[in-house]
Amino acid sequence: MAFLSKKSQTVLKDPLMNNNPITLQVLGICSALAVTVKVDTAVIMTLAVIFVLSMSNTLISLIRNFIPARVRIIIQLAVIASLVILCDQVLRAYMYDMSKQLSVFVGLIITNCIVMGRAEAFAMQNKPGQAFLDGVGNALGYGIILIAVSVFREILGSGTLYGFQVIPTAFYESGYVNNGLMVLSPGAFIILGLIIWIQRTVYDVEEK
Amino acid sequence: MLEHYLSLITKAIFVENILLAYFLGMCSFLAISNKVQTSIGLGMAVTFVLTITAPANWLIHNYFLKAGALTWLGLPNVDLSYLNFIVFIAVIAALVQLVEMIMDKFSPVLYHNLGIFLPLIAVNCSILGGSLFLVERDYNLMESTVFGFGSGLGWFLAIASMSAIRHRLRYSNVPPKLRGLGITMLLTGLLSMAFMAFSGIDL
Repeated sequence: MAFLSKKSQTVLKDPLMNNNPITLQVLGICSALAVTVKVDTAVIMTLAVIFVLSMSNTLISLIRNFIPARVRIIIQLAVIASLVILCDQVLRAYMYDMSKQLSVFVGLIITNCIVMGRAEAFAMQNKPGQAFLDGVGNALGYGIILIAVSVFREILGSGTLYGFQVIPTAFYESGYVNNGLMVLSPGAFIILGLIIWIQRTVYDVEEK
Repeated sequence: MLEHYLSLITKAIFVENILLAYFLGMCSFLAISNKVQTSIGLGMAVTFVLTITAPANWLIHNYFLKAGALTWLGLPNVDLSYLNFIVFIAVIAALVQLVEMIMDKFSPVLYHNLGIFLPLIAVNCSILGGSLFLVERDYNLMESTVFGFGSGLGWFLAIASMSAIRHRLRYSNVPPKLRGLGITMLLTGLLSMAFMAFSGIDL
């Protein structure tokens, strides 16, 4: 990390934990939950968001001085949507099964509030280098939560981790059953709720 | 025929609720659901916009973007479906703007009630999600309209019930660190569990 200045380090590291986009800024929860049944989909989704968010932040920051304030939202949307199309086409070409599993949720990165939120809050005021780091940092912060939720859901719901069996088969023989609720949507809400509780206790954040 | 649509609409509202089963539109759901009045306003606006954008995007997808859709222009080999995302979001943003202008002209009362929420809806995931689902599931025009309306109503129902629950929650003693986002997520989990009781219903 020595090659980054102090400020760049904060920009990159802050969103990972103590200003996490999902649990503390309350952004981008929509897509965070649907892709967390299995760890592998969560990892691919994280990679897609890292690409889109860092590139959109960089591009918007590069053209920030030419964007008229009144039409900035539509310009931001156009930049983001083009990047998401790129991402979707690459997934379709090289990982067709994965793109089928993620279905509409790759497209929904467009309306992911993190991407719009960071473009509006950070990229419009900062230099491209910083904006790029901010994008990577926030996407990683998003990814950490995504992967944490998916690890719990996959272990408890299917007994596997990244596709490998982790709960010994002997358990099943003595009567252990996978928790079917974890695979369904309530599991995601409850796990995320608990993660938020833990994180807010650790970082001592309180809502009024 | 009618049963088919009835079953589709029940499915969209209860069984596959766009918010509680597909997690779409969570951001505005979490931000707005602490007041009953505003939740109802936003719910109405979402239902309205989803009902218009679903058929509009269906028409655009089927007559302009789908593989072979441009046959009527004499271009049977053109496949523009990769443009889906950008065109859909543009259509949604434009329609929301249009609806806002029309409402302002003809129904100032409704405009006044929904006014602040309409622009927000353009970036609500449930609207874009609705359009993407109808492409993925290959609905026809009528089905898309019904599906859009049903999904909107489902979202309305979810946010209205959540705001009512949060209203009552003010009098309970929630652990301080769980207040706000945490407890809302847990409650949404319970709500979604309750809605799961509807699964398997087929009209």
